Amino acid sequence: MSTAIELRNVSRWYGNVVAVNDITMTIGPGVTGLLGPNGAGKSTLLHLIAGFLAPSRGELTIGGTAAWRNPEIYRTVGLVPERDSVYAFLTGEEFVLATAKLHKLADPRAATRRSIAIVDMEQAQDRRISTYSKGMRQRIKVAAALVHDPQVLLLDEPFNGMDPRQRLHMIDLLAKLGAEGRTILLSSHILEEVEQLAGTIQVIVAGRLAASGDFRAIRRLMTSRPHVFLVRTSDDRLLGAALIGSPAVTGVELTRGGLQVRASDYGTFSREIAGIARGQGIRLRELLPEDESLESVFAYLVES
Amino acid sequence: MGGLFSGVVARITLRATFGRKRALIFAIAPLLLILLTLLLKAARPPGAPWPARVLGDFGFSVVLPLTALIIGTSVLGAEIDDGSIVHLLATPVRRSTVIVTKFCVGAALTAAFVAVPELIAGVIAEGSADKLAIGLFVGALAGSVIYNAVFVMLSVLTTRAIAVGLLYVLIWEAVLGNFVSGARLLSVEQYSLGVANSIASDAALRAGLNLTTAVVMGVIVTGAALVYATRRLSGFSLKGDAV
Repeated sequence: MSTAIELRNVSRWYGNVVAVNDITMTIGPGVTGLLGPNGAGKSTLLHLIAGFLAPSRGELTIGGTAAWRNPEIYRTVGLVPERDSVYAFLTGEEFVLATAKLHKLADPRAATRRSIAIVDMEQAQDRRISTYSKGMRQRIKVAAALVHDPQVLLLDEPFNGMDPRQRLHMIDLLAKLGAEGRTILLSSHILEEVEQLAGTIQVIVAGRLAASGDFRAIRRLMTSRPHVFLVRTSDDRLLGAALIGSPAVTGVELTRGGLQVRASDYGTFSREIAGIARGQGIRLRELLPEDESLESVFAYLVES
Repeated sequence: MGGLFSGVVARITLRATFGRKRALIFAIAPLLLILLTLLLKAARPPGAPWPARVLGDFGFSVVLPLTALIIGTSVLGAEIDDGSIVHLLATPVRRSTVIVTKFCVGAALTAAFVAVPELIAGVIAEGSADKLAIGLFVGALAGSVIYNAVFVMLSVLTTRAIAVGLLYVLIWEAVLGNFVSGARLLSVEQYSLGVANSIASDAALRAGLNLTTAVVMGVIVTGAALVYATRRLSGFSLKGDAV
């Protein structure tokens, strides 16, 4: 059964405020990161996909079925909402078990044990959720979302409140689930985690889809912005002087860390630099792209 | 009925309702009712048929609606307010099951906290479980059911369910219901009194509707409230960034 999430010309407005504006995208198996500044429309989009908001216009389906007003969708979809609220009077185990029973699983207790083990919460499962830290609440929410073994998992800011060890554990878990062919969509402000985890990103800015795909490929497409490289050589000044003569280079700067080069043409620069260095008798020690990180790509997209 | 009632939802609802501090408030009004009955019984005021007046007026216009309001808006409204309802709704459980189960829990709790004290107060006042005591009990049972349907519906419609409910009880029922005969047709208090009076046959209850009208209207209001609540819960929305 297909688990692709399909949006076609989806918009959502509240009176005069357009929260999501004419978005078309397909989210397939693997881990996809949903990024955007505050107020961009990420949560609105996630709620639309999760069936907790009706599109004002357009079509939205999961595995070919509409998500809105369709509780059956939750047989294949697991949701980890952002809000911290959870039944605080229940123990972790009771909460996950109740969810398993609501899904009418054949063996809810076994599914509960498995799910709690996946998120490494066995030690705390008999404590009330009201005694949990924020990170522990996140993990028990993930356990409840996984208890019915969903093919699609939607997570809204899943790393909130987690310490670094818990984040690493969550990244490993989500990577494993994505590698199993599940469709995982997570929205996050923590770019480092998304960079490690998501093969594909969807960037939302002011309600619109600003970019979609692998973030390195997105960066290459940003031809209006020169690519920035840091080069360390046996003679940075001489190489800088040689490089400025190339039409692919728009600027050089000598810094403590090395020679910073701005290249308007990524491909041409990549092909030329070795030859230029050899021609000047300069040894290249290191060549690093400085703005190919997700953070840089994201910053460029938000600024523009 | 099995598919319309969920034991899991019921257990969570019960624990959630009693886990909140407001659970203590449920007990206050009914205890006051019994205390008042004991005091009046001891004082034995002459003349006026005080059991029907007190247990009817105070019981059915104050204790019953206000207790039902607190309970009826707690069983679902509190989860909607704090967002924990999402965990319930992000499962395949039917929305009608959620509504009916929470309504049943609310009605049962209201019956326990109002109908039973009404019966106890009636027995204290009359000295036995006579037709007044039984009438008050059955009338309060009917009121527990109908009020909870209305207040569960309100809690899906608005985050100000308690305020709207209070307006209904204090303005519509207490004021308009006494002066405008048409308003009685939409008064749950009058349905309850109509049922109570059909057993108690006590003019001091001042029931404005006969049994047939009370039952028919009560069934219609309960059914309509639950159906509408289900429709609205099916369209439950989470607000996103823009709002």
